[in-house]
Amino acid sequence: MPTVTMTVNGKKVSGEVEARTLLVQFLRENLHLTGTHVGCDTSQCGACVVHINGDSAKSCSMLAVQAEGTEVTTIEGLANGDELHPMQAAFKEHHGLQCGFCTPGMVMSAVDLVKKKPKASEHEIREWLEGNICRCTGYHNIVKAIQHAQQTM
Amino acid sequence: MPDGGTGIGAAVKRVEDKRFLTGRGNYTDDINRPGQTYAYILRSPHAHAKINKIDTSAATSAPGIVAVFTGADMQVGSIPCGWQIHSKDGSPMHEPAHPPLAQGKVRCVGDQVAIVIADSYSQAKDAAEKIVVDYTPLPAVVDMSKALSGKTLVHDEIGTNLCYDWAIGDEALTDAAFAKAAHVTKIDIVNNRLIPNAMEPRAAIGEYDQATGEYTLYTTSQNPHVIRLLMGAFVLSIPEHKLRVVAPDVGGGFGSKIFHYAEEAIVTWASSRVRRPIKWTADRSEAFMSDAHGRDHVTHAELAMDSEGKFLALKVDTKANMGAYLSTFASSVPTYLYATLLAGVYTTPVIYCNVKAVFTNTIPVDAYRGAGRPEASYLLERLVDRAARELGLSQADIRRRNFIPTDAFPYQTPVALQYDSGNYTATLDSAQKAADVDGFAARRKASEARGKRRGLGYSTYVEACGIAPSAVVGSLGARAGLYESAEVRVHPTGSVTVFTGSHSHGQGHETTFAQLVSEKLGMPMENIEISHGDTNKVQFGMGTYGSRSLAVGGEAIVKALDKVIAKAKKIAAHIMEASDSDIEFKDGVFTVAGTDKTLPFGQVALTAYVPHNFPHQELEPGLDEKAFYDPLNFTFPGGCHICEVEVDPDTGVVTVERMTAVDDVGRVVNPMIVAGQIHGGLAQGIGQALLEGCVYDEDGQLLTGSYMDYTMPRADNLPSFSVGTETTLCTHNSLGVKGCGEVGAIGSPPSVINAVVDALWDLGVRDVKMPASPQVVWAAINSARPAAAAE
Amino acid sequence: MYAFDYHKPSSVADAIAVLKKADDGTFVAGGMTLIPTLKQRLAQPSDLIDLGGVKELVGITVSGNTVTIGAMTTHAAVAKSAEVAKAIPALAALAGGIGDPQVRNRGTIGGSVANNDPAADYPAACLALGATIKTDKREVKADDFFTGLFETDLAEDEVIVSVSFPTADKAAYMKFDNPASRYALVGVFVAKTAGGAKVAVTGAGQNGVFRVPEMEKALSANWSADAVAGLKVNAGTLNADIHASADYRAHLITVMAKRAVAAAG
Repeated sequence: MPTVTMTVNGKKVSGEVEARTLLVQFLRENLHLTGTHVGCDTSQCGACVVHINGDSAKSCSMLAVQAEGTEVTTIEGLANGDELHPMQAAFKEHHGLQCGFCTPGMVMSAVDLVKKKPKASEHEIREWLEGNICRCTGYHNIVKAIQHAQQTM
Repeated sequence: MPDGGTGIGAAVKRVEDKRFLTGRGNYTDDINRPGQTYAYILRSPHAHAKINKIDTSAATSAPGIVAVFTGADMQVGSIPCGWQIHSKDGSPMHEPAHPPLAQGKVRCVGDQVAIVIADSYSQAKDAAEKIVVDYTPLPAVVDMSKALSGKTLVHDEIGTNLCYDWAIGDEALTDAAFAKAAHVTKIDIVNNRLIPNAMEPRAAIGEYDQATGEYTLYTTSQNPHVIRLLMGAFVLSIPEHKLRVVAPDVGGGFGSKIFHYAEEAIVTWASSRVRRPIKWTADRSEAFMSDAHGRDHVTHAELAMDSEGKFLALKVDTKANMGAYLSTFASSVPTYLYATLLAGVYTTPVIYCNVKAVFTNTIPVDAYRGAGRPEASYLLERLVDRAARELGLSQADIRRRNFIPTDAFPYQTPVALQYDSGNYTATLDSAQKAADVDGFAARRKASEARGKRRGLGYSTYVEACGIAPSAVVGSLGARAGLYESAEVRVHPTGSVTVFTGSHSHGQGHETTFAQLVSEKLGMPMENIEISHGDTNKVQFGMGTYGSRSLAVGGEAIVKALDKVIAKAKKIAAHIMEASDSDIEFKDGVFTVAGTDKTLPFGQVALTAYVPHNFPHQELEPGLDEKAFYDPLNFTFPGGCHICEVEVDPDTGVVTVERMTAVDDVGRVVNPMIVAGQIHGGLAQGIGQALLEGCVYDEDGQLLTGSYMDYTMPRADNLPSFSVGTETTLCTHNSLGVKGCGEVGAIGSPPSVINAVVDALWDLGVRDVKMPASPQVVWAAINSARPAAAAE
Repeated sequence: MYAFDYHKPSSVADAIAVLKKADDGTFVAGGMTLIPTLKQRLAQPSDLIDLGGVKELVGITVSGNTVTIGAMTTHAAVAKSAEVAKAIPALAALAGGIGDPQVRNRGTIGGSVANNDPAADYPAACLALGATIKTDKREVKADDFFTGLFETDLAEDEVIVSVSFPTADKAAYMKFDNPASRYALVGVFVAKTAGGAKVAVTGAGQNGVFRVPEMEKALSANWSADAVAGLKVNAGTLNADIHASADYRAHLITVMAKRAVAAAG
């Protein structure tokens, strides 16, 4: 089995995996980072979004071996110790989550948005979220949270 | 309420958020048990087929395989239905067997055929491909009319596809009223079949302890005690004291996780055979073909009116799809959760409704957010909209002249329910203002200048929730009571754990319920823990559905809190050497009335557990009280939803420009959470109206089996919402609460379709079916144009 | 996913050598289509040869009237490229509308073109702009490259190196999304080029992306939305599914063509 090595949330990790192991499986099963979720099998729901070298990506649509040598950030690596990342804090402040299942991917995607388009309009925020499906919130408060984080990030 | 505002009415930020936001939630698939195996469920690719033979030999010897079981191995009880409906001739509904693993026949795509258990999920899936199932495909029946008239039977042994033929109301009186009507409006309506799609796919882990004979099931459930009862007593014959069901964090349910599913029984049963824990997690494609679907009604309805547009009578004929088997609450949805709501917010004096429930070779259909009530409100509000157009009345006028007046409560409808409170004029007035109805004409003009059409649609609705009084539902065929239970355990140092049977899977109970404690005991939130979802921790529970958590589960907590306070007062009286009746309790402090003698709650708690000087003759030590609350009536939230759409006539694209909802959900405990619940319901309602629809082909193949074909509402499909509340209190619970979980999904779909029809009425469009996808709207415009020209 | 062996060569030559040795190997570029396909067990390659390590395939160059995009350049990189936006703004806009942000961060032009999904966006741009697909062996005109549903002129052991787009006087792409998948239900790319107007349609054709000669003729004579308003593609050549009948697709092609011409200015 191939060995894969990458940096996850600032820590160098490696493991033996079958080549067919998805990055999300490696994170959840090998590293026990179960904050990254799997909500679909067609690369559409975005519950699995992590950052690869700073860009958001769907960890269900790439192999662990494809992440060899990269810097991966998952939802577990976003907060600074006990202090929530401004995007996490904004989601809490604006009730941008209910069941919490889509939340990790939603937050990771939103962080990438604010980095890439700090002044995105409501329309642009909604368009950016095309790859993140939430069934609980109707997106209303997610949009509000992201708008708040535009000020605090 | 303590300083900082954490009691009833405060928009307290959610206590559960931190774990979800930091990736520390604990969902079923996050749980790994020592020695765990992984299961893959082999499912039927056919909608209807006879199984001649299953050869598992190659699979059994594949790498990593622990065991393979088929229906021949798993001879257990049938998955039960929790509600018995009687047909109008008095005969009980047909209840065909529902085996967890197919017994010689499959009846829908996705039916469970075998379980493959291996050291890894990949190995299980690899081996499943080596199972050879010899099927003889049979003709499938998908369409309900064909199911009732044709020869293909889903269940040979019952000799019909008609599950029941049920009716409510007085048909003779209704017909008599129609005979005198000045005008009759008729409508044919399809309530489209939906696939719930909670974002967390279902999962289950079965575990057997050889030493104790105890089973544990971790499952994605809205009601673990109900699963324990149904699976333990009916399917697997495991006594409840040997069966623990844990529903940890659950990633949304919307009804689809109420029911007892085959996979739960299969992994629990198999865990004692392989003597290792077994984890099964659905992938999304599997969820599409194994989660119970929702809605799926076909209805003809007629409304009789006098010359002033006053409703005289309503007659409704509905066919409801049950799918291939009766799911847990399936039979109650198109009957007592649907037809009893057909009075709506109107004074219609006589109503008759006939419902035929039909078996088809499709996945079972059961409750999905709103469950029966969205079907009722959609039917009524489309009918009222059409009636107004036929009579030349405005949408507001026809409603106002038929509203149940505010002074008429309690109001007995002709279809069994008695509404306790409401003010439909207030919600309509408030919604019209919030929606800026006065400015609509100008906005329509602006749209038309850009080549677009604009429409405004109304829905004024009521629903019955807070499900439900046990005596009532029992008399109607429910096989369970629908109370809720709570335990308030005060710890020696004065902090509190509440055990509730109301599971939380997004609703924020851990916050809202803690607010009840904070209010009642004058205690900060951080001293309160809400525990739910584990049958070994929580005394009992009927679970979360039907917007019942606060109205029923919350009341049970209040009742237990009252018992705690009553006992604590006695202890305080003893300590302060006063009479019980002189003790007052406010903001966490006991006071002897008229004196400055006080005692904090924590001191009383400590005394209860360190009873060195305790009136043992009168009181037991400890401060830990349980309560069961059985409601006296349903609750009746209602309101007005106004939708404004713009339609691109060139493409058929409908854009929701404004969505306004003013709802009466009774007293609001946490306005932030209530608004969030309504937002989510609106999104699902708009989803039903414009985006979502389950499609089968004639052979029973599911054509919308993934997000590639089933349209989920996304952020750019929706506007920001305008939500508000107009409150009348529920009169029969102490909190005055009604429930808010389903109002968005119940009220909004007709407002959306009425808006689309309004936009296109002048083009000759009279009806647009759901989901009003671009293709559907374009086709409606196209087929209307010649008709309009002819008019 | 079925099991396979994984390779990550660092040059095109190595990639081809690995493929030749494999029983039934396949290249993977961004993997945005292939990985989901493998997850559904709809393909069973013996070897997966990841082009992600081949640095020579990444990059954008604009020289004279040609924009050349390396095969492993992501959609996000094309979308945010100031050079592309200046030379062929419609191409940058098209890249910025493919999939969702996460797909754009991983998906590549080479993968999209080689896969030739009948609902993909890039093939329409290639046809309408008259792109040249450069492989390790040769250069192929777009008109000769896309041969059918998921079919191209590419040999099994041939690797796309880059795609070169001539600039156009005017160009625009209008996509009508499939409401569920968000792929193109109909996408129309129009370009006013030195060699006349070109119109390419994706998402709709039974054989994948195609050009519309009648519209091209009309637009060559008169570059205006009105020129195509009365022209309709024969619905008999178009796809039908639960989201759109062939008639609806035919109608949308006209509407999107009109809107694209209007947007191109």
